Amino acid sequence: MASSCRRPEHSAPPELVSIQTQMSERAVELLNLPEGQPCFLLDVGCGSGLSGDYLSEEGHYWVGIDISTAMLDVALDREVEGDLIVGDMGQGIPFQAGTFDGCISISALQWLCNADKRTHSPPKRLYTFFSTLYSSLSRGSRAVFQLYPENSEQLELITTQAMKAGFSGGMVVDYPNSSKAKKFFLCLFAGTTGVLPKVGNKDISARGYYWCRFKNMKGKPVKKGRDWIMEKKERRRRQGREVRADTKYTGRHRRPHF
Amino acid sequence: MKLLTHNMLTSHVKGVTKGYPLLIKATEVKVNEVDFNPQFVSRMIPKLEWSALVQALGQRQDLPGELVADYEKDDEFLKKVHRVLLEVEVVEGCLQCPESGREFPISRGIPNMLLNEDEV
Repeated sequence: MASSCRRPEHSAPPELVSIQTQMSERAVELLNLPEGQPCFLLDVGCGSGLSGDYLSEEGHYWVGIDISTAMLDVALDREVEGDLIVGDMGQGIPFQAGTFDGCISISALQWLCNADKRTHSPPKRLYTFFSTLYSSLSRGSRAVFQLYPENSEQLELITTQAMKAGFSGGMVVDYPNSSKAKKFFLCLFAGTTGVLPKVGNKDISARGYYWCRFKNMKGKPVKKGRDWIMEKKERRRRQGREVRADTKYTGRHRRPHF
Repeated sequence: MKLLTHNMLTSHVKGVTKGYPLLIKATEVKVNEVDFNPQFVSRMIPKLEWSALVQALGQRQDLPGELVADYEKDDEFLKKVHRVLLEVEVVEGCLQCPESGREFPISRGIPNMLLNEDEV
């Protein structure tokens, strides 16, 4: 119980406002937008527009998309500067190709992992979301998602679908050693590969973070490689079949014979 | 909804290939003052679909039918574009998909792009 109370979707603590702003600040930092240029950004799951306020403060223009009309009404009453749209991200992002210079999303992505209706399939909805997002972003731009993964399987589900849609990127974890302040940021790059993110220059050492890149683009090891063989053996073992033990010879080539 | 957003918005109903540009059927339009930012406007112009913008304006001939060549330096022109893109807002009405005819209602300036289960 104690651990579940820390999750914002289970309880909304009063300090949420400042935390939201902090997280949007960090997300924008990770977007690595060109200096001193007003950009056109997408805020997925904008809610009442707290993260958007920060974007406006920085001089950017934004469009917010959210499924909850009640939250958007709050945003209207707060007179946010961005344009708002009611939409379900699992149904895709309805924008022209190359529209946005970047995308941020604060604590919204994990909602896609739930199947609220019988017809919902989380992997399919995630894929629709990522593939339409990929096309609506301009080449070389980034998407940063702050999320609270419930477990590692959920995280894997998200990253696999993102990579399938063509994104490359990785995970930034802030304060990895603190269970309370730990924050996960999924950083996705559209159209650029092999570029490590400039992780910002604001007191990194004090914050402590680590960056891990996705290993393989397809989510599956290369066929006939050692990883593939090990995985296959593991799978067969789970099925209860007879499998030879893993040794240092596993997956090795035989010496060439005449 | 600003016309900038409209210029980027497409219909994503299942089976629709292009779904662009969405037809605006406005019943209420308002003009909101927004600070003029020439840098942003000139950055957005290459991304715009000019014909869709002119079509969205309909009867009101605020903009020339063709894009002006040297728009970065033409402050008058940028101001006009700024006014159309960021200040004019559709408050009530609906958007219609040109292919399927599906209508997306706009209320209080927020278009509702939610699809039904059978349209996904």
